[in-house]
Amino acid sequence: MGTLLELKDLRTHFHTPEGTVYAVNGVSFDVAEGETLAVVGESGCGKSVCMMSFLRLIPIPPGEIVSGAARFNGADLLKIPDPDLERIRGKEIAMIFQDPMTSLNPVLTVRRQITESLHTHLGMSQAQASERALSLLEAVGIPDPTRRLDDYPHQFSGGMRQRVMIAMALSCNPRLLIADEPTTALDVTIQAQIIELVIQLREQMHMAMIWITHDLGVVAGLAERVIVMYAGLIVEEASVYDLYEDPRHPYTLALLAALPRADRRRDRRLKSIPGAPPNLLSEPRGCPFAPRCEYACDRCWVENPALVSVAPNHKVACWVDIHTGAAR
Amino acid sequence: MQTAAEPDSTIAHLAPDEIESPPLTLGQMAWRRFRRHKMAIFGLVTLFLLITYSFGGGFIVSEAYANFTDTSLRLTPPSGSHPFGTDTVGRDILARTIYGGQISLLIGLTAVLLETIMGIIIGSLAGFYGGTIDSLLMRFTEAMLNIPQIFLLIVMSKFFGTDIPNIQLFGRTYSGSVVVIVLIIGLTSWPYLARIVRAEFLSIKEREFILAARATGTPIFQIIFGHILPNSIAPIVVAATLGVANAITLEAYISFLGLGVRPPTATWGNMLEGAYTYIETAYWMWLFPGLLIVLIVLSINFLGDGLRDALDPRSRTV
Repeated sequence: MGTLLELKDLRTHFHTPEGTVYAVNGVSFDVAEGETLAVVGESGCGKSVCMMSFLRLIPIPPGEIVSGAARFNGADLLKIPDPDLERIRGKEIAMIFQDPMTSLNPVLTVRRQITESLHTHLGMSQAQASERALSLLEAVGIPDPTRRLDDYPHQFSGGMRQRVMIAMALSCNPRLLIADEPTTALDVTIQAQIIELVIQLREQMHMAMIWITHDLGVVAGLAERVIVMYAGLIVEEASVYDLYEDPRHPYTLALLAALPRADRRRDRRLKSIPGAPPNLLSEPRGCPFAPRCEYACDRCWVENPALVSVAPNHKVACWVDIHTGAAR
Repeated sequence: MQTAAEPDSTIAHLAPDEIESPPLTLGQMAWRRFRRHKMAIFGLVTLFLLITYSFGGGFIVSEAYANFTDTSLRLTPPSGSHPFGTDTVGRDILARTIYGGQISLLIGLTAVLLETIMGIIIGSLAGFYGGTIDSLLMRFTEAMLNIPQIFLLIVMSKFFGTDIPNIQLFGRTYSGSVVVIVLIIGLTSWPYLARIVRAEFLSIKEREFILAARATGTPIFQIIFGHILPNSIAPIVVAATLGVANAITLEAYISFLGLGVRPPTATWGNMLEGAYTYIETAYWMWLFPGLLIVLIVLSINFLGDGLRDALDPRSRTV
């Protein structure tokens, strides 16, 4: 499998009245064709900004993509002209957003919204596009799609709207689907249904996926590889199995410890990570996790560790080997 | 037993489709709210009657008759042959209010059309792009707003209003001043609308569905006119409706001053010109056109208020 997307040293800053926000501070990863990559981390760690940066969806200004390259299909998404990028967005790379309640245009029918990208990207006629929209709604499990096609978003429930969003995203058979916490706004049973649906559609359409979430439980059944982000940096990158079995970064370890588990005693409180995520208003110096880290050593405060391989397909950015407690 | 079983059977007979009543569309909800607004209904009915009067009346009396002068009949009070009386040169006032109404309404509508187009273009560009474009366009808009519209109207109509040839349209001859008035009203009224459109665009462009539309590769043009504009249509409709009343008043105002539409083309405004010298002696000269202006402005304003309430997305009561 070839590499589909290759992101190199992406840095995104936002220039706000309070100062510069260092949202993404040098993120590199790649996604192979047909692969599912999960990106986890707590709110505000730069997961979404990172994805929106390479699709150039962040508002500029105040946003600024300071450096980086995003190779997709031989082109650098950060350099190509706007019209070229518009042809890639929605056609090659599609996106699903977090809140289906606000991501659909309230005054346009579902038909209009699904057929729009079919018109723009594939040049379909009205009849062709409507037919495709119908089969898409069917594919995402909307009952009675013929009748629902001319409904407005407010006539759908949250889960149904997310299904519509998925139908829109998949309309042009994208090669990469970016799902930005698509199940966070849904209740748990619907969440399971949507994940089930996405897995099934991923198999059918052979597309690669980047699944952004802060729910490690979701990741396990879905992704092949996981990236853990903290304060705009990747702190650990591993296959799903390795990450759960052998987390190497103190942050990942703490995140996993904070997960509720069915096989543990129920009366025990969940472990929380002390402290709060760092304020991104200052340029990061040292390891951003150091203030909250129980393994932190002197070096952690002054020098930021690079992402290094510790095992095949397992990279971590930490000065301490948490197996031994010794510095690297 | 029989009586107890009866209600059960009626419930059981409901088809699934009847239980699940189809959800109301946005239009249906707006209409429900509008219907409860009594003054708005009054406005709608009155407006409809006035339109019927002006355009339907045109089939009964000819324009030639409305412009026909007979000085022997000057200043005759309302009578059987001239229900609204005649003016200073003996023209029938009833016929002139009919044709004057057509012109007044057309001026109102076309001026607002122009105003709306300009307001939407300038407001949407300013609101969508923001930054320098916004600053430039809005400073220009504020400059326009700072010039009193009435004075601008008077100066412009004085300046452009001389020696305009008559124009032929739909087989009728109009004084060219009609076009000048439409242009002047349209070109001086848009700033208010532009600001409304800009404010709408500023808030709607930040909404998540616009981001979603951009993420699907929708071209900018389509985002502005296909996604944001339909969401801001309610305040635009309300402003435009009220704008019609405003345009009609403005036309009446400058025509009354003798700077607007030139006779023989009648408008409700220019029929009042000269009538003020007969306020006591020939009440019919100002009463009928004046009454019609009051009625149309009131009815349009009531309609606008009703639309504002009905289209307000925040009022969710049905």
